[in-house]
Parts: sequence; C-alpha cells; structure tokens
Amino acid sequence: MPELLDKRLVVVTGKGGVGKTTVAAALGLKAARLGKRTIVCEVAEQERLATLFGESADGYRERELGPGLFGISIDPERAKREWLEYQLRSGTLAGLLGGSRIFQYLTAAAPGLSELVTIGKVWELAQLQRKTPKAAPYDLVIVDAPATGHGIAMLRAPHTFSEVARVGPIHRQAGYIHGFLTNPASTGVLTVALPEEMPVNETLDLGTRLHDELGMTIDRIVVNEVLPERFDAVEAERLEAVDGSPAIRAALTEYRRARVQRSQLRRLRRAADAPVTTLPFLFAPELGREELGTLAGKL
Amino acid sequence: MNKVLARKDVCICAGSGGVGKTTTSAAIAAGMARRGKKVAVLTIDPARRLANSLGLPELGNEERPVPGDFGDGELWAMMLDAKRTFDELIEWHAPDAETRDAVLGNRIYQQLSNAVAGSQEYMAMEKLHELHQEGRYDLLVLDTPPTRNALDFLEAPRRLSTFIDSRSLQLFTVPGRVGLRVLGRGTGMAFSIMKRATGIDLLQDLGEFFRSFGTMSAGFRERAERVDALLADSRTAFLLVTSPAADAVDEAMFFHHRLLDAGLPFAGAVVNRMHPLAGASPSAPLPQLLGDELARKVERNLEDYRVLAERDKRNLSRLRKALGRKRLITVPELDDDIHDLAGLERMNEYLFA
Repeated sequence: MPELLDKRLVVVTGKGGVGKTTVAAALGLKAARLGKRTIVCEVAEQERLATLFGESADGYRERELGPGLFGISIDPERAKREWLEYQLRSGTLAGLLGGSRIFQYLTAAAPGLSELVTIGKVWELAQLQRKTPKAAPYDLVIVDAPATGHGIAMLRAPHTFSEVARVGPIHRQAGYIHGFLTNPASTGVLTVALPEEMPVNETLDLGTRLHDELGMTIDRIVVNEVLPERFDAVEAERLEAVDGSPAIRAALTEYRRARVQRSQLRRLRRAADAPVTTLPFLFAPELGREELGTLAGKL
Repeated sequence: MNKVLARKDVCICAGSGGVGKTTTSAAIAAGMARRGKKVAVLTIDPARRLANSLGLPELGNEERPVPGDFGDGELWAMMLDAKRTFDELIEWHAPDAETRDAVLGNRIYQQLSNAVAGSQEYMAMEKLHELHQEGRYDLLVLDTPPTRNALDFLEAPRRLSTFIDSRSLQLFTVPGRVGLRVLGRGTGMAFSIMKRATGIDLLQDLGEFFRSFGTMSAGFRERAERVDALLADSRTAFLLVTSPAADAVDEAMFFHHRLLDAGLPFAGAVVNRMHPLAGASPSAPLPQLLGDELARKVERNLEDYRVLAERDKRNLSRLRKALGRKRLITVPELDDDIHDLAGLERMNEYLFA
C-alpha cells in the first residue's frame, strides 16, 4: 500500500472490535521496516499498543517500540494543557488557567473539546516543524481512531470548532487542522473491516459518511481475520455424513464460517470504491510482536 | 436469562464494540416477548440489517411493533436518534416558543446536540426514562452506544447534564462581579486569559447559550436525578456482553468493577462467540471414517481450534472468578451471521437454555 505510506498521516478507522489497533501497529511496523520514522497514536485512554509489543503501558509520551517505530497514547487532558501553553506562549499562564475551577468546569463538559485537542495533537505530531520544543519530526503518523461514530466525530471536531468560533485563534488553528485532514496529499484513510454482515455494512456506510460529512475518501480497506478455506463442498458433505465429534464439528464450523466470509468479502469488493487487502485469521491465543510481524508482511 | 430478568423492568446491555451487543439485546428482547412479556428494545445501531432482522424496513425514533408470533407477548423496537430526542426534550422543557427557538437556533446547542460523545449516551438514558415513566412495557431492553471505554457510558450523561446545569449559568447570567464570585477567586483572571486563548466571540456565544437555557436548567437537573434513580433501582438489570478475547474480557471485568463501585445493579454476563470443543469421541478412527487425506486436514484444523478453545476457557475462568456468584451465560460461535428472527431464536437456545 505505497499510496498510504507516502502520506504524512494515516487515519485507521472502522467498527469497534475489528482489530484497528492490530492493523495500525502492523502498518507502523511495515513503514518502519521501509526506513520511515513512524509513530502510531492511540486515543481515548486506550493503551493496547504497548501490550501488543509486549511492553508495559505508560501512557502519554513518545516511546520507541522497535527500530524506527514509536507509539503514544494521547491523553486529552495533557493535550489540552500543551495546547494552552502553545496558545498563550507561557507555561505560567497556562497553569493558572488550567488550574482555575471555571476553566476546568467548562472544558470538562464542553462537547467535542477532547476530540479537538486529541486530533490537534495528532496533527502536531505530523508536522515537519514540530510545535513541541526539541521534538524530532516523523515521516509518518498513524492514528488508531475511535470506532465509527466517535471516529467521525474526532475528524469533524476541527471543522465544528472553526465554525463555532467564527474568528480568533481557535477558528484559525482548527481551520488549518481541518485543511490538513481533508487534503488527500497529506492525509490518507484506511478502514478495517471483518468479512461479516454488520462490519461490511458499517464499512460501506462509513465510506459514505466520510465523503458526505468531511469530503474524505477511503484509500484502502483492510479485511481482517479472514479464515483459510480448508475444506471444499464435497469434503463438507462427507464430514456432515459422519458423527459430531469435536474434530468434525470444528472442521464444519471452519467450512461454514469461511464460506459466509467469502460471500461477505465478495459483497464488500463489489460495493466499495477503495481497493481491498485481506489479512489472515491467526490461530494464536494472543497477538504479539511475532504475529504483528507476520501481518506487516502481508500488508 | 428468564431467571436473570425475572422481576426486572429494565435491562441495560453494556460492553465494548464488536462483541455482539446489538444482536444480544435483540435476542433477549425477542426471547422475553416469546415468554409472554410486552418488550421494547432500544438500539442506537443505525445498521439497517438489525431492522431487517426484526422484519422491519427501518427503525425510527418511535417504537414500532415487530411482526412475528410472540404468543401472549409483544415485541417493539426503536432506533434512537440522539439529535431528535434532544430537540424534543428542549420543546418539552421550554417555557415558551421564544426560549425554544433561541435554544434550538443557538450554534453551541447545535454542536452539543450533534456531538456523538456524550449526547448519545445522555439521550439513550432520557428515552429509557421516558418509556419507563409511560409504563406501557413489561420490559425495556437498552443496547448501549459503543462508547470509547466503559467509563464513558456511565459518566457522559452526568457530564453533559452538568454542562447545561445552572451553576455554569450563573456565571454568565448574573451580571458582573457577583456572577464571577460564585465560582470563587481567580475566575475574573481565568476569563481574561481564556479570552486570549479562545477569542471573544466564543465566550459571547457561550453566554448566550447559557442565558437562553437558564429557565430550563432546573427541569433538566430534576430529570437527571430521576434517570440516576432508575439506573440504581433494584428492578433494573445491567448485563455485560463480551467475547472471550482477552481485551474484551478485561474491559468487561473493569466495567463490572465500575458498576459495583457506583452501586448499580449488576445482573450477569453474556459471553458470545465461544469456541467449545464438546461432543462425543468419534465412533471410529478418523482415517477410517474420512480417508487419510481428509482425516489429516481435519486433525490439523482441530489443533488450531483447540488453541482458541483453550484461550476462551482461560479468559472465561478469569471472568467467572471476577463476577463471583452472578450468572454467566455462554453462546458458541454460530455458523452463520444472524440476520433474521430465526437467527435470534437460534441464539436464544443458549441465552434461555
């Protein structure tokens, strides 16, 4: 997927539970192998990335997970504080404001503010001239976005805020971020799906919503957890003819689910505009570095 | 499930994304309807497939009867439209047309009511409360919105109602220094720094929003308290839905912990998509039954599924330990995707076993 690796930012979206974090990590690994200094961002208090790489989770800092591969879990509170400091050009003023009750009161509840500062931090990471003092730039930033609805809300937050603020610094900055996200030269979209009824529907629906609400298009669909086709119809008939021991049942389950998956995959390929890549289902108890390496190789 | 929901009039299905929450909610509702109850299921899932699976062309913001044979029971379904529900709430609370239009037309309100984070959860609770008040159903089943994490679901409604509550209003509505003093020292200074950081217009819009909301805030607060009381009621059941994957189980355990902390009535858990390896041993050696080649493939496949079955067993026993004596119901991975009432019934063979 060279079209994605040449962007500054790749947004990994999809329904909940389809393996967005896994695919974001595998894509990060792939980019790093190609010599790109890459960072994978988690949002919304998720810290699954570190666990995947067999590291302990320790949150909001850019940490190295492998050669050329970094990870960060973006905490909206910290991002808000950073934004204030940058905005006011003063840590003292930012501290005063951030510590005031009225400010905490308003910002804790203000709808969309967490999403704005989160995507703002992602944008900052993707700048060649970083706003964070002494921070090195990245060749590629991958964001493991929240599930469908919340993901769209996060991508839409800059536009929303630039509309609400009309003029002033928030209007201006949110406008930059929105421009960056919706420019296909800088930002790409990868959608993760499963070869099942509901996830396929949601993927198609997400494509429409991204287009209608944000003018963004999906560059690539990755269908995760595709079962191998181990048995054909003739073999299945022979299996159905014998008794239901665990071995026979497991084989029939494999056959039937793989068949349902194939028809969903065909439906997705027919209806989607973006190219579709598949990743195999891995029969491993938990995914780790080794499995991520395998998946990176398949991307 | 019949026992879990005996003497309950609200069932709230919660869990992380992709664990079959929507399908489980629909199956439970259909199962209870077949057992003679008048049931309504509330979902936020816009997937038309769910509507179709219930035999409806689409779902709307009002309950619709689901066609089918439920004996003495009835099944109704609705899809929550958060924005519409919020608007209706404003229409209900507004003392006059002028206030109503001022709020509905305010840009901050429009963003607030459209925001996914918070408003979906808040409105799901509102609708649940409204239907419960009306008392037309024996049981309400709520498929909760897919929150980013378990915490959001419980806290978002409270956060959002706090935002529009009167204490923040005073600041903008009580003129001058008095209003600022309500929130303590340093507020005036915070304001002047905030102007610098956000721009003056935003603050003015906020002030306008709070002023127009002013007369309604007491009504909203009372309602939020009644919703809280409903959630904590002993006739409400929180049901955790999960898959046997490690992270979903972790999330379920965390959420269980949170429910207990908050004093909310946890009733049990449903674990979907288990890979059981049950069954009798084969009547003859596999090569004899299937021939060498196919038998070898079947054996190899079994090894792979055994890995999954063992993982499931491990995670399930972790969950069982955490839940103590509460009921835990498992549903195996079904061969097909569920997309009709017959599919829901297949699932109910396990849910209501």
